[in-house]
Amino acid sequence: MKTTRKFKVMGPVATQFGAATTGNWRLERPQVDFSRCTKCRTCELHCPTNVMEIKKDQEECVVINFDYCKGCGVCTNVCPVQCISLVEERR
Amino acid sequence: MSYKMLDGNTAAAEAIKLARVKVIASYPITPQTVIPETLSEMVESGELNAQYVRVESEHSALSVVTCAAMAGVRASTATASNGLALMHEIVGMTAGNRVPVVMPVVNRGIAAPWTLWCEHVDTMCERDMGWLQFYCQNVQEVLDLTLIAFRVSEDARVLLPSMVCLDGFFLSHSMQKVTLPEQAKVDGFIGEYSNKNVYLDPTDPMFLSDLTGNEEYTEMRYQQKLALDASVRVIEEVFEEFHKEFGRKYELVEGYRTEDADVVLVALGSMCGTAQYVVNKMRAKGQKVGLLKVTVFRPFPAEYIRRLVGDQAVVGVFDRSAGLGGEGGPVWYEVCSALRNKDNQVFHYVGGIGGRDVRVETIENIYNELLAIKAGESDRHTEWIDVKDNALELREVAKNV
Repeated sequence: MKTTRKFKVMGPVATQFGAATTGNWRLERPQVDFSRCTKCRTCELHCPTNVMEIKKDQEECVVINFDYCKGCGVCTNVCPVQCISLVEERR
Repeated sequence: MSYKMLDGNTAAAEAIKLARVKVIASYPITPQTVIPETLSEMVESGELNAQYVRVESEHSALSVVTCAAMAGVRASTATASNGLALMHEIVGMTAGNRVPVVMPVVNRGIAAPWTLWCEHVDTMCERDMGWLQFYCQNVQEVLDLTLIAFRVSEDARVLLPSMVCLDGFFLSHSMQKVTLPEQAKVDGFIGEYSNKNVYLDPTDPMFLSDLTGNEEYTEMRYQQKLALDASVRVIEEVFEEFHKEFGRKYELVEGYRTEDADVVLVALGSMCGTAQYVVNKMRAKGQKVGLLKVTVFRPFPAEYIRRLVGDQAVVGVFDRSAGLGGEGGPVWYEVCSALRNKDNQVFHYVGGIGGRDVRVETIENIYNELLAIKAGESDRHTEWIDVKDNALELREVAKNV
């Protein structure tokens, strides 16, 4: 195992890529009312970043990867039963 | 030490060779073409042990050179005019990533009107991009300031790139007697290149120039601001060491017969030689005129201007670029700002653009106007000092109407 030491440097540089996920661009996040969801997969098919997955056998049946969800709101607009809403993102 | 007859372009190439640059990528453009030509011949003959990368544009040239330096070698390019304009995007990359590239820029106007000839607008457009800028009066200064720029840029307190600006044709194509320093002495002065900050190394990877959010961006710009501030002291130290080693003295701003001057002209570049001649000529007639020669424009040495301009002096500033749309040109703004807490009147002059010669009479006209203002005899101020009377009636064309 090689040893590493920390150095102070100037300018934009990274050896860990924390800024690489686009989830931290999000200003609002989608919130699903699972009791009204019909598991039709419309949101999954329309999501432009492909972060939604429908799990038919789970109670929380819409799983969203928030590392990459940008909060664009497409899912809330396409949902035929309007069970997805956008809420303010709090970090 | 030896003498040679060199033009400004060859002097720049000699300096790059003396700095033992390892990677060169440069795209030819008048009046800079002789620099890449000379360097490619030096590489071909084995006189310079470097890799010469042929590129398809200036944008690529500066990209290659910036990344080569990140990878750990001294690298250089040269450009002019529209070439520098095409580099603009990478100009920011080089400075923001803190890469100490040194680049001679042969000053030429930016089209349109298409011109091949001298004007400072090309480098003035890049003045706030985080590079240091040195302006040369003669061919010896091209050689010396290029060597000095390598040393200053690579200093751990600076780590910013430098443009060494030389007037198109007036310097780039003017044959002058130049003292060439010995290689061993230059080696001792500049030293080996090493990456003092970040680097590109596949065995120890870093991600350079990653996306930076608003929580860190201001701080990174501030790092650059502090480095430019600190570079004033570094330049002073390096000028002093250069004087000791090579016997030629430089100052960020050089005062020429300014001590008791009624009237001071601020100028930069090759016109300073003519201006010094005029100062001597007018002094011989008892007229108290002086010159401030700005050698370093970035960082702008405002403290020097304040120190060298007497409280009672009337000041003229000669911009070799038009400063379109503003109240004056870039040098005038800086001088006004430097003198903002003093009572001096500061008058703006535009001239010598698109290759128009800055003649003895041009500078005499400025001094005479300023002397008359100082004496309270006249308030005449001719901002465009060498514009012709027929400016609005230049050309006629036949139209099919």
